[in-house]
Amino acid sequence: MKHFFTLLSHEIRMLLVSPATYVAATLFLGFMGLVFTKILEAYSAAPQEISPIDVYFQLFWLPVCVMVPLLTMKCLAEERRLGTIETLLTAPITTTEVVLAKFGAAYLLYLALWGSTGSFFYVLQRFSGDVQFVDAGPLLGGYLFIAVSGLLFVSIGVFTSSLTRNQSVAGILSCVALALLIIGGHALSDSPWLDRDSFLPLKNAIEYGHVWAHRDDFARGIVDTRELLFYVSSTVLALIFSIFSVEAKVLHS
Amino acid sequence: MPGELWRRVAFPVKMPELPPAIEVSHLVKVYAGVTAVSDISFTVARGEIIGFLGPNGAGKSTTMRILCGYLPATSGDVQICGLPVATQSDDVKRRIGYMAENNPLPEDMRVSEYLYFRGRLKEIPRRHLGPRIDEVLELSDLKRVRHKIIGQLSKGFRQRVGIAEAILAEPPVIIMDEPTIGLDPHQILIVRDLIASLRGRMTVLISSHILPEIEMTCDRVLIINQGRVVAQGTPADLRRELFGHSNYQLQAAGDFAALSAPLVALDPTLHVTAQGEPGADGFRTVTLATERDEDLGETLLRELPARGIRVRALTRTQPTLEQVFLAATRRSWDVVAAVPRDKPAA
Repeated sequence: MKHFFTLLSHEIRMLLVSPATYVAATLFLGFMGLVFTKILEAYSAAPQEISPIDVYFQLFWLPVCVMVPLLTMKCLAEERRLGTIETLLTAPITTTEVVLAKFGAAYLLYLALWGSTGSFFYVLQRFSGDVQFVDAGPLLGGYLFIAVSGLLFVSIGVFTSSLTRNQSVAGILSCVALALLIIGGHALSDSPWLDRDSFLPLKNAIEYGHVWAHRDDFARGIVDTRELLFYVSSTVLALIFSIFSVEAKVLHS
Repeated sequence: MPGELWRRVAFPVKMPELPPAIEVSHLVKVYAGVTAVSDISFTVARGEIIGFLGPNGAGKSTTMRILCGYLPATSGDVQICGLPVATQSDDVKRRIGYMAENNPLPEDMRVSEYLYFRGRLKEIPRRHLGPRIDEVLELSDLKRVRHKIIGQLSKGFRQRVGIAEAILAEPPVIIMDEPTIGLDPHQILIVRDLIASLRGRMTVLISSHILPEIEMTCDRVLIINQGRVVAQGTPADLRRELFGHSNYQLQAAGDFAALSAPLVALDPTLHVTAQGEPGADGFRTVTLATERDEDLGETLLRELPARGIRVRALTRTQPTLEQVFLAATRRSWDVVAAVPRDKPAA
């Protein structure tokens, strides 16, 4: 891992000069700003039962399904398309270092973009003059969920980018995989056919990977180590598959 | 001190002999059932410049990728500066500068940024990296484009960025896959001079389809076809091996019917291989062939007029490297084609 930081700083620089990054950032901040404005309008029109922060983080999946593919689709697909992966891997570095650096850079940018939405809450607190609007518990829980779940989402994006030379295909694959994980799990968890005894292991597995339920737990301030383990182990698995995928493509190049 | 001096003279310390720069032994690479490289063996001495020739799909790029540690071999042994690529690929990569086929470069980086990034990956200390980048930019004539984005550079500049990157860490072995492809004659000249400037300091393995270029730049040539080495040696050795004769072209007039006997008297292997029609002045073009290596030009100029043949021009013609290449690859195809015919008989 001697060259990890050299590669990481290079990848961050490359992300910062990529137009896709600015498209992702603009779409994300524009969309989240719009959501935040609508929430404030709804809360100023009539009193609501749940905290505005809770409502805000409930919509995390929508920007994730667009932003993560835009940030990660280029990372390995473009290296393969241009052939620069060959130049890169003939330097004394390993595939693991390359994949981890690309993952690290995309994840840091993902965190930076979500972190910048913290300014919405600062503005609300600063100008509303009412601390009840900004409850620190759900806010920290929400951001902690974003940080932990982001590990898995970004690693899925890196993995799909390792599967193809075409970054558009990688982006679509990533979007579909994230939608299946986030929305598919949520849709399946309510299915009555899963209540049969024969499907019990499947139901348990779906509940274990139910991202919405994890978000609710984090928002309530519950940090369950099983959920942390789910995200960390799935991230490691996705990154290992990414490394294998890159090496398999190199072997057959 | 005299005692010490005497001891040094009487018992000189023998310097350990350095292993060859590249040593390939029985290398085989099979991709999904297709044999890309089949039992290749060759050695390249330190400081040598070697031309690696072969038709498309002969296995040149695959061999080069295996030498760089990018691809694993199916079997066989490859050593770079005495280090086995299979088990010490990281150490081998530190000793190799590689320019891949089609010279892939990141489009969004500036030339100096890219060289800095590659220098860091190649573990050049920061304090040496700046001066070294200046040096390779100067050597490759890239100073005026050092702040330009690589994606906006012309093909010639991009090729030179690839070469600058390969020599950046001053590795003992440089491997370049078609470094002059797509360049104009002026740019080819610059690249040729650049490669020639490495002679003796670095071992260079170049693959190219521009054969005159290889002949001018390389000390030795290695021709592969269908994954096998079909010929290797200096261009002169290969000419001798594949053609076995020298040709002389004469512009001469006289009685050619009686020419055979004096020719045999000069050299038993000397004979006429082609004869043109005489012109209005009686002179015609005659081609002679001999198996002797020594130049017979002076002897012919002296002896033929003495035997009634008037000579107004004489040229010793040698097969070009292109002809050598074609003969070597054709010979290997003939061998491969002969195998199925031979099999039933066996």
